[in-house]
Amino acid sequence: MEYFVQQLINGIALGSIYGLIAIGYTMVYGIIGMINFAHGDVFMVGAFIALIAFLALVAIGVTAIPIALFLVLLIAMGLTALYGWTVERFAYRPLRGSFRLAPLISAIGMSIILQNFVQIVQGARVKPLPPLIEGGYTLIESEAFAVRLSNVQILVVMVTLLLMLAFSWLVAKTRLGRDMRACEQDLKMASLVGVDIDRTISLTFVIGAALASVAGIMYLLYYGVADFFIGFVAGVKAFTAAVLGGIGSLPGAMLGGLLIGLIETMWSAYFSIEYKDVAAFSILIVVLIFLPTGILGRPEVEKV
Amino acid sequence: MTPLLSIRGVKSFYGNIMALKGVDLEVNDGEIVTLIGANGAGKSTLMMTIFGNPRAREGSITFEGRDITDVPSHEIAKLHIAQAPEGRRIFARMTVLENLQMGATVSDPANFEADLKRVCTFFPLLEKRLHQRGGTLSGGEQQMLAIGRALMSRPRLLLLDEPSLGLAPLIAKHIFRTIRELNERERLTVFLVEQNAFHALKLAHRGYVIVNGEITLSGSGKELLNRPEVRAAYLEGGRH
Repeated sequence: MEYFVQQLINGIALGSIYGLIAIGYTMVYGIIGMINFAHGDVFMVGAFIALIAFLALVAIGVTAIPIALFLVLLIAMGLTALYGWTVERFAYRPLRGSFRLAPLISAIGMSIILQNFVQIVQGARVKPLPPLIEGGYTLIESEAFAVRLSNVQILVVMVTLLLMLAFSWLVAKTRLGRDMRACEQDLKMASLVGVDIDRTISLTFVIGAALASVAGIMYLLYYGVADFFIGFVAGVKAFTAAVLGGIGSLPGAMLGGLLIGLIETMWSAYFSIEYKDVAAFSILIVVLIFLPTGILGRPEVEKV
Repeated sequence: MTPLLSIRGVKSFYGNIMALKGVDLEVNDGEIVTLIGANGAGKSTLMMTIFGNPRAREGSITFEGRDITDVPSHEIAKLHIAQAPEGRRIFARMTVLENLQMGATVSDPANFEADLKRVCTFFPLLEKRLHQRGGTLSGGEQQMLAIGRALMSRPRLLLLDEPSLGLAPLIAKHIFRTIRELNERERLTVFLVEQNAFHALKLAHRGYVIVNGEITLSGSGKELLNRPEVRAAYLEGGRH
């Protein structure tokens, strides 16, 4: 029992990170019907920017952890958002109106460019970050096993929850969110009522990238390491999460993220850690066979 | 008097197919002008070409003396040209209120309450449905919402693409009556595309007939109603 609770905690923390990345996939898919394969690498870039920002802040003497963390959050979100904007502006926008596969291929190219760029600039080795947030609580203690809830896990889950609430509010209640939903439902009609669709699409990429950068920071704090390849693996997982939850659906992305995190953790805990990815993807296949639109996705209705 | 909207020699393409083969057309301030024609004649293409999507490859479109041929769609909306397009294109997963808010994208937020009230007086049915999703409305209600959404921007020119399509005759009548009211009471300029030639020509001050991407006839609504070729092609048998 204690063991299960522990895995539950671990799974939720990991799932939160996947969920944050999955939002970026699902939002972009909702609006322009394309899978942004470079999104996982934007997450990786976010993690590196955070790493560099931490080290820079320590170098100039900002050592109070809450302040440093807050500054890193701002810097990473801002710069990663810039990456997101640039990727859309140069790799996808010129291909809008082209055949459907063109932006997809461009996205794969962008993913390779970002990975190689970071590999060249930062080196291929794994970069460590000393643990910044230590400690935690022991929830249940028995002679065999102690259930630990670490402060990093609390932070990861809290930040994710906060961001998801803020983002859901933005989509549901603000003018920008309404414009985004309008674009998602009918791009052409949105432009007829006066929505600048290029700008709205850009902002979607910017917000998606900012959320991915927060996921990058959380990943860095949680695992303490980053390398140029983390974007690929996490990206594929988050993409799976978005599909599992129902691509195009915002709550679906969050739910899918949590599920993938939990499946992966539980499988590693009870079966074999080597096959955790196989487990996650197998469940995806099973779900897609029986629920092709994902858990919370809606069936594609042919427009008249 | 310079016309409010003037279309000169416009050619428009879908891929390599020429859908409009040099269209000339004018809409004056305060008029209801209708464009009638068969399916596939280019009516909706002209509507969308006014909004720059597809863009006219040749010719020019001017609105209030300003050349808008190459202006992006959302900038054209900012000139207070509004469209209730073919197929209504309601934002189905938004509430009626949100649809109307979308219609008010280009107008001053301070006007919103007053404009909402105005739309609800023209279409009282919408007021009861404000918090219902657009996709759950009936066809007639969706058409009212499409027109209401267009009215939210306080249009200088209202483009209506087949507002009577697929509606029960009584509802179509109500919609045509509302268009006339809007024109008479508020001097709203309307450019109406219709297959229902009889109603459209009765309502309009002037009309044009489009065949295969070319304007073949024009004149006052009454004149066109009495032209034998119009009667033969669009009215006889189609009248109810």
